[in-house]
Amino acid sequence: MSLARAASTPTARAGWAVLSGTVLAAILWWLVTEARKQPDFKPLHLAVPLVATLLLAGLGVRRVAALDGKPWYATATAALFGLWILYFWQVGVTLFNVPRVLLPSPAWIGQMLVDRWDTLARDFVQTVGKAVVVGWALGSGLGFAVGVAIDRAPFLQRGLLPLANLTSTVPLVAVAPIMVMWFGFEWPSKAAVVVLMTFFPMLVATLAGLQAAGKLELELMRTYAASYARTLIDLRLPMAMPFIFSALKVNATLALIGAIVAEFFGSPTVGLGFRISTEAARMNMGLVWGAIVVAAVTGSVAYALLVQMERRVAFWHPSVRSK
Amino acid sequence: MTRWLPVATVLALVLALWYAGAVALNRAGAVERVLPNSHPNGDWTLRDLVGVTLNMQRPVLPAPHQVAADLSSSILDWPLNSPRNLLYHTAVTAQSTLVGFVLGTLLGVLLAAAIVHSRTLDRALLPWIVASQTVPVLAIAPIVLVILGSLGFSGVAPKATIAMYLCFFPVTVAMVQGLRAPQRIETELMHTYAASRLQAFWLLRMPSALPYLFPSLRVAIAAGLVGAMVAELPTGAQAGLGARLLTGSYYGNTVGIWSALVLSALLGLVLTLAVAGLERLVLRRGRVA
Repeated sequence: MSLARAASTPTARAGWAVLSGTVLAAILWWLVTEARKQPDFKPLHLAVPLVATLLLAGLGVRRVAALDGKPWYATATAALFGLWILYFWQVGVTLFNVPRVLLPSPAWIGQMLVDRWDTLARDFVQTVGKAVVVGWALGSGLGFAVGVAIDRAPFLQRGLLPLANLTSTVPLVAVAPIMVMWFGFEWPSKAAVVVLMTFFPMLVATLAGLQAAGKLELELMRTYAASYARTLIDLRLPMAMPFIFSALKVNATLALIGAIVAEFFGSPTVGLGFRISTEAARMNMGLVWGAIVVAAVTGSVAYALLVQMERRVAFWHPSVRSK
Repeated sequence: MTRWLPVATVLALVLALWYAGAVALNRAGAVERVLPNSHPNGDWTLRDLVGVTLNMQRPVLPAPHQVAADLSSSILDWPLNSPRNLLYHTAVTAQSTLVGFVLGTLLGVLLAAAIVHSRTLDRALLPWIVASQTVPVLAIAPIVLVILGSLGFSGVAPKATIAMYLCFFPVTVAMVQGLRAPQRIETELMHTYAASRLQAFWLLRMPSALPYLFPSLRVAIAAGLVGAMVAELPTGAQAGLGARLLTGSYYGNTVGIWSALVLSALLGLVLTLAVAGLERLVLRRGRVA
């Protein structure tokens, strides 16, 4: 009896749904590969197992999503959902014989990632290793430096801040053709685009962050007879760190977009943006998706690294402590 | 006055730097190509040099007045429906941006409404949408163009699709946050009124989500504009600001690139202002009612 009760807990029910879904998915995949060998095969023949797997997959995700208790349940739901999307993408593309030009299957994309990893690695070094890193560091660094430099010039601040805010509404990446003309096809022109795109968010964030110190703390520093530099280093810059890190995170994505789009306007025959645009024109979609996977993973890893760094630097901040 | 003086000063500074930059960057070309023709003995003065650098045929950096002249001649000398008029290209880009923006916003709001009412979607889908903000989703624009192109779509549809999916992500994330903004006490009040889910949505969740929605709309329209312009690049599109940028860079028409750049910046400003105006209109009405 206790076994029956154990089997009816929400966790067990979710586990059963996921397990049976997986088994059915394996059977469906076997059916699909077998059926593809038949000459007179129609996708409709497999409609019943396909719909059954879809329903069971949905049930599994639903039941896992309903679980409470452990924090990793939420992550597991998202991961399970992602895996099912990949699975049905693969099955759908194989079953309905979607042309590779239109939508390559995940397996084919994975194959391309493995087969052409040397190409993609060179593209990665060219775009991320040179243009993005240099541009991001330079643009963010300049934005920060200018923000600190005009901290004591309220007139300049009042003049620059509205304009810097306006730049977020302007498609700055459109300067790419000009930068290509000035700096040539190689990576410095891409880095220049990235510098321009990342400079203003950092400037705005630094100016906002330097205003973040409370009146109480500032007055305390004053009673200590702390100099301007002391107050800046010990109080105001640490208080600005959360602002600066959120700008760094926004800039990481902006830098990737800037470098990739700038390569659409002309680049040497290497680089993620070059790969995406030329292979798309040649209908080699597997490699295009491969380059996109590289870009997506880069973006996520950069974000995760910055979050980790923020925890080290701004460990005292309430938003970090509460986690 | 006190607000405009600093901004005007900085703008004047930028303009002065621009002129100085034009002289500095065009100097080499002027000394090499233009001045020897007008002054064969090489007896040109600094005045000649400045005059030449600011009015080059193919400058490295065109002076502001050259860009302004190019803009005004393109806008005033050609009819509005001529491809030589930059306003025509601006309208083409604005059209696909706006179509994509409206669709993306609708989609984002609908999906956010679904997410706040479904725990499954909340846990399974939302993390992916949030994670997509760290990924350069613009990079899949060429794929969308190829897929839609081979399905027979052309013209506005592919560009609007790209603008749409770029608008969609920030709107969804902000709307989920906004629809969840009502306090527990407020949702419980709705419960005591025996309000249905739909009523609670329209009367409580939606109004409290609006302050979250509008900032995300400003982000979305800027992203949509970039998307529409990038979508005009690889298709060999004949019209649109992105296409103008590309043809300008092919033919080395620097002044043309700068004109397109200025107009795209203005378009971005106008679109954002329009969203801000809408925000003021909607939020003011909400407060009166």
